[in-house]
Amino acid sequence: MTTNKIYESILPTRPWQASMKDRLTTGFVLVFALFIATLLVKITGLSGKLGFFVVFVIVFVTLTSGREYRRFGSASAKDALVNALVAVGTFLTLIPIGSIIFEVISKGYKGIYLGLFTSDMSLNSPNDPANVGGLGHAIIGTLILVAIALVISVPIGILTALYLTEIKGKFSQPIRFLVQAMSGVPSIVAGLFILSAILYPITKQNSAFLGSLSLAILMIPTVARTSEEVLNLIPNDLREAGVALGGTQWRTVAMIVVPAAKSGLLTAVILGVARIAGETAPILLLAGGGDRFNLDPFSGPMGSLPYFIWNSFKSGTPESIARAWTGLLVLLVVLLFLFSAARFLGNRKVGK
Amino acid sequence: MSTTESTYVIPEKRVVTTKPRFSDKVFRAVVTTGGLSSLIVLGLIFGFLLYQGFDIIKSQGFDFITTSRWDITYDEAGNVISSDFGLSAMLIGTILCSFLAVLIAVPVSVATALYLTFYAPHWIKKTMVTIIDLMAAFPSILFGIWAYIILMPSGVYWAKLINHYLGFIPFFENKDRYFQGSPFIASLILAIMIIPIITSISREIFSQAPLDRIQAAYALGATRWAMIKAVVIPHGRNGVIGGAMLGLGRAMGETVAVYTVLNIVFAINWKILFGVGGNVASLILTKFGEASAYEIKGLMAAGLVLFVLTLIVNFASDQLIRRMGGSGK
Amino acid sequence: MSTENNGDQAKMETTTTPSSLSSVASASKRKAINSQPMGTGLEARGVHAWFGKHHALADVSLDFAAGTITALIGPSGCGKSTFIRTLNRMHEFIPTAAMAGQVILDGKDIYDPSIDVTKIRLQIGMVFQKPNPFPSMTIGENVLSGLKLAQLKTENKDDLLEECLVKAGLWNEVKDRLNAHGGSLSGGQQQRLCIARSLAVRPQVLLMDEPCSALDPGSTLRIEETIEELSSNMTIVIVTHNMQQAARVSDYTAFFLSDGGPGQMIEVAPTNEIFARPRDKRTENYVTGRFG
Repeated sequence: MTTNKIYESILPTRPWQASMKDRLTTGFVLVFALFIATLLVKITGLSGKLGFFVVFVIVFVTLTSGREYRRFGSASAKDALVNALVAVGTFLTLIPIGSIIFEVISKGYKGIYLGLFTSDMSLNSPNDPANVGGLGHAIIGTLILVAIALVISVPIGILTALYLTEIKGKFSQPIRFLVQAMSGVPSIVAGLFILSAILYPITKQNSAFLGSLSLAILMIPTVARTSEEVLNLIPNDLREAGVALGGTQWRTVAMIVVPAAKSGLLTAVILGVARIAGETAPILLLAGGGDRFNLDPFSGPMGSLPYFIWNSFKSGTPESIARAWTGLLVLLVVLLFLFSAARFLGNRKVGK
Repeated sequence: MSTTESTYVIPEKRVVTTKPRFSDKVFRAVVTTGGLSSLIVLGLIFGFLLYQGFDIIKSQGFDFITTSRWDITYDEAGNVISSDFGLSAMLIGTILCSFLAVLIAVPVSVATALYLTFYAPHWIKKTMVTIIDLMAAFPSILFGIWAYIILMPSGVYWAKLINHYLGFIPFFENKDRYFQGSPFIASLILAIMIIPIITSISREIFSQAPLDRIQAAYALGATRWAMIKAVVIPHGRNGVIGGAMLGLGRAMGETVAVYTVLNIVFAINWKILFGVGGNVASLILTKFGEASAYEIKGLMAAGLVLFVLTLIVNFASDQLIRRMGGSGK
Repeated sequence: MSTENNGDQAKMETTTTPSSLSSVASASKRKAINSQPMGTGLEARGVHAWFGKHHALADVSLDFAAGTITALIGPSGCGKSTFIRTLNRMHEFIPTAAMAGQVILDGKDIYDPSIDVTKIRLQIGMVFQKPNPFPSMTIGENVLSGLKLAQLKTENKDDLLEECLVKAGLWNEVKDRLNAHGGSLSGGQQQRLCIARSLAVRPQVLLMDEPCSALDPGSTLRIEETIEELSSNMTIVIVTHNMQQAARVSDYTAFFLSDGGPGQMIEVAPTNEIFARPRDKRTENYVTGRFG
């Protein structure tokens, strides 16, 4: 009855995509624009990278839209012009990040050696070469700072998210705004707050714990907002199923909703950690900084990666600035690691 | 429609109440408390900064934000004889740099967002989104040191170019030929820092542009750009403005990256290429180290001003983005 | 309502037969008798469509003669909407989409790389399932939006505006509030506004993808009348899941079906034939409602 033909011989095509010829033409236009730009920079008064870039962009944009104009007319040429301009915009976005990563790696890798992670700076002066001393104390300090901030902010952040997604009370809208406003609190203000509320009136000395408190203020909104997004992705039928089985709301949330969102919530925590790991201003106000190992979060200044970088940078000698780059490289690697972990977990399906 | 109204007796709505169990009551109480934490924290910040800075604000009054001085005279015993605190140079510097940063960042961000949403091949889009998210997570100390060592020389070069060709405009004047540490360079690094924020908000809003209208435009023979102008931009305008405001808020509160590049001087300066600028957050960091207990109060008051300023900007951006979300229907 | 409607139609300029025909079906019979598919309008040759790996449509070849109305019918998922979207290259907006075959307009393959796709969409207009006027534009701006979008010039915008709205059967209802926003109209009026908008760029072919499925019966009737009017000087292809609608408005009907594999065109014939004497058993099952 059915006429199931075999269509193996017919292949899907995408005639609307750029053909080989189009790509070659674009490539040719690029090379040609580079050529013209080089030529103009050589023979005219233009100079420098900026001059080269500007000429290149102008030539490239003109050529591509001119080509479209000849093919399809002015509307199409305008589209090609915009296409080229927004591509240039994207390229402009990429330049700083490319430069930052390149500089950090190329300037920072020289200082990497095994002792870096085991020794501190207590016996060194800023003039010592980069392969003397280390940032072991700073790494330990950052770990302690982040760990305490995590313990404080994760429950609060997740509770806030649960309020917004599970209770949906009458304060939902204002609280969503307040969380947003909190994420806009400048880090120095968070530092000043702890300074004015605790350090001056009560403890009167720097400590890692105070630093962690200010970091927690900065971390709560990140955790809360990401968790809210994650919890919103949990299908409502799961909640209804839990309640319909006679579960209380508390048990439904604790045994169904939160476990289903586990990896997403972990992503939220990781993103929160990434937010605060490199935070500098409040650390300078509150945790101070030390050159030696200090494992007591409640008394005395404690070193940290941002402080180590900051201090090395401020010392100003070539050796210490090299040390700052090395510190930045370590910080960047930590961030990249956290970020990839968040991506990896975030890409897993929520609720399954 | 209206004639038969009187003949029906509309029953009272039945109020359905269930007495929640004890465990649920506890749960709801705990979660609500957690949910209110942001209110508590913001309230405490405001309260403590006001409490600590109150003396200064009271003694200086409006001069605190309208004058531009920061002098304290002590006697030999270290007591304060007279003091003058005025933030106007710092405030103007903060606002100038942030606005300039937004002005630089918005075109680049909108272009990037448009490219990624409507023009880029899939693989470029995916890679770029990851890279931009990563950039948004970079700490300010990374930007700050990079800006001081790498960006500053280029920035000075660009500033000289602008001054050479456009120096007749008062804004770009620089008679003293001092280009290091200018508001222009601070704005550049702030722009670089907020581009990821504005880009990702714009991208999100552009991608929510209603598909049926996009298709309608294409079916009428629109090119991508004509479609963007007719559908995407009317849809996304407010959202992009909201994103820009969010970026503005971030730029205003930025401390370390501005501190490294900006030459902080207590003088109002509108000439963006001239190496004199002001910034509230950086002022706090600069003065903090050697400040006396009395001066710290001045810094607390400055922090309060900064806090209120960012709160206002954030509120405005939140309103714009939210209204955006509602109008997309 | 209906008297007002007839008044509208009396105003319309050019139809060789009286436009207030009591039965639209008789019109389709008239044309079916007079003209055979000529192949000068739009022609699909061996069109296939894919979404990713999913083969959605296989080997459809179909002629749409100039000045005829062709209805595409079939159950959901049979590929009829996919097919109509390949006819003006709307198919390619789905990221994973692919196709094979040719679509010929005036002797040229519209998928040829040397063709400007925006010009194709000007010649082959489309009306969608859900009315989608531009909410930021007024009624008048909506009608003329195609000109702006495609950068076309016209000497007299007001005449064009009136002509299109009259053709779409909307003029009397909106002529006093052309500056109101498109969203202020009812669903049926919005859909006729979308039709007027498509007409303003003077397409040769109008594709309609279930244009009445979101509308009430009264609005549906008015749109069917509009379609009938328009067919005097353009080629119309309409996807519908409503067989009565196909019978009422179309000259030719093509039946699409998927037997689990890709959707195929089972049969095409003059509309009265396909409902009275279908050649294929599956078509018969479908048109008689015995579809299983």
